[in-house]
Amino acid sequence: MNSLIPLFVIIPLGCAFLMAMLGRFIKNINKFITPIFMLFLVYLSLSFIFKSQGSLIYKVGGFEPVNGVPIAIYMVMDGLTKLILLVISLVGFLAIFYSLSYTKQYTAERKFYVLFSLMIAGMNGIVISGDIFNIFVFLEIAAISSYALVAFGVEKHQLEASFKYQVLGGIASLIILLTIALIYWNTGTLNIADISRQLTVNSQAGTNVFLKFISILLIAGFGLKAAIFPFHSWLPDAHSSAPSPISAMLSGVLIKAIGIYVIIRLFFNMFPLSYEISMTITVLGTISMIIGGLLAIGQWDIKRMLAYSSISQIGYIVLGLGIGMLVLVTGGNKAVAALSITGGLFHLLNHSIFKSLLFLSAGAVEYRTGTRDMRKMGGLSEVLPITSRTSLIGSLAISGIPPFNGFFSKLIIIIAAIQAQYYVLAFLAVLVSVITIAYFMKLQKYTFYNNDGSKWIEKKIKEVPFSMTFSMILLSILCLIMSLLIIPEVRTIFLQPAVDVLINSAYYTTKIIGI
Amino acid sequence: MKGMTIIVKKISQIICPVIFMFGLYIIVHGHLTPGGGFAGGVIMAGAFILQILANGNILPKLRKEEEGLEFLESSAILGFLILAGLGLLLSGGVVFFANFMEKGVLGNLISAGFIPLENIVVGAEVCAAIATIFIALVVYKDEVKK
Repeated sequence: MNSLIPLFVIIPLGCAFLMAMLGRFIKNINKFITPIFMLFLVYLSLSFIFKSQGSLIYKVGGFEPVNGVPIAIYMVMDGLTKLILLVISLVGFLAIFYSLSYTKQYTAERKFYVLFSLMIAGMNGIVISGDIFNIFVFLEIAAISSYALVAFGVEKHQLEASFKYQVLGGIASLIILLTIALIYWNTGTLNIADISRQLTVNSQAGTNVFLKFISILLIAGFGLKAAIFPFHSWLPDAHSSAPSPISAMLSGVLIKAIGIYVIIRLFFNMFPLSYEISMTITVLGTISMIIGGLLAIGQWDIKRMLAYSSISQIGYIVLGLGIGMLVLVTGGNKAVAALSITGGLFHLLNHSIFKSLLFLSAGAVEYRTGTRDMRKMGGLSEVLPITSRTSLIGSLAISGIPPFNGFFSKLIIIIAAIQAQYYVLAFLAVLVSVITIAYFMKLQKYTFYNNDGSKWIEKKIKEVPFSMTFSMILLSILCLIMSLLIIPEVRTIFLQPAVDVLINSAYYTTKIIGI
Repeated sequence: MKGMTIIVKKISQIICPVIFMFGLYIIVHGHLTPGGGFAGGVIMAGAFILQILANGNILPKLRKEEEGLEFLESSAILGFLILAGLGLLLSGGVVFFANFMEKGVLGNLISAGFIPLENIVVGAEVCAAIATIFIALVVYKDEVKK
């Protein structure tokens, strides 16, 4: 299995440039290649989840370590990596299948698929890289193609949003590069496992002040990419202006793969855990959960509301992981920490499913009505029956109504917070859940109900084409299926390996360095 | 954008081939001397850019040029990936980027396995990319004026 690891980067990268070449001569070839290779990536990530055990390591170029110092570029495939790769390829496949009809409105259609494949290559690269500088390189590939994709419609507000995203993203990249330089200066290595060893073994490199400075910079840099509270201002513009399948990818996958994933990988597996940093992460998560929810209530733009809701739900994920860190660092019960981290990762998985479903449904509404303002809609359930139902399922799932997946992940996070005796955080999580119901009721009422829809029947609006409904229906079925992850047998296959990697933070280092 | 005077045009015509050759030299000696694919590619693109600056732009011609360069860029990256993938195939499906060719004698021009080949592909890619960016800016500026 080891030699298949680089395929996650090779396939999307190769297909992107193949399409850039062939797309000029053969019409519509991009529309065939992209869904096929995405489907293959789904198959590959599933086969990694079911067939391989533990951590797999791949050394690019085949260079073996010299005197125990790794010199090759490492690619690491462990539980957490497999989970995120599955999310990327699954949501990516459904989003690209949706785009087959959606992109007909653009003139430079073939470039859309090229940029999309590049973004997938970047995200996969970040996730499988075991090397902090390669994380930066792939992060730039993913980020730059997402800048272009946000501005894909080249309308005024899209260009403005893309520009804002570029400026803030540029600042984030600068901070990240500075941090990498500082880490390299102090430890003399770029391999995550080796840095971790240097920080614990070599007491000079791991002085307390230096570590804190680096940690704060990293939280700022990757927090900007993940849109955690004080760094969230670019997200509502960028995610609402982008083409809808891209909004689904950005909100559903990108902010997790290039933000949350790197934060948890570095803070659990690279740095020695510290109370102050864990507290900072938890507090930032809590604040973004509340602020995002409160800001979402007042929105009238359907996609903007979803974008604010993303900030709020990212807060939930960070809260779950932060409580896990706090319990681990204060020497509390490991089972509670594991439960809390399970909740965070489970919510990460769920959020990527229902948020992409909601963005695709909003995109379907925009595709047919040409507006994003909820005040101009109403009664659309008469003319768009499938979109209306899938959007309802997504709203129920995100607000945490029982048979759907969102309920279980929020429940796990709240139970873990109570068990860890953070009662205020548990209360706030319940409160924000109520706020979530409030704004999604508003969304449902003003968009799909509220009047009899005669305005739309007169305009002869029909249901969206097959490829769009297919993706939305499959995602809403997934919303139900994901609830099965609450069953312990299923959870041990998908979530438990990822949680194990984070709980036993030293395991990652020993496995890679091989001491 | 109009072209410059006859003196500038003539001198740039004389200098351009030399710059281009120097870029090629840097690329093929990438594994022996400082520089390599990236640096040589930038120098080669400099020769193109100098020509455009001196002679002024003729838009339809530039657009055609841009398409060709885009094609070169994509095919160069594909070539790079194929070389790396060949390493994966020839090393028995184990090592991506394996150096599968003969290493030769240290210091010779033809040595170091497939690294010179990778350098040439990188050079083509960088040259095409930088020239494309420049042409895109020129075309954009003229379109905005209209």
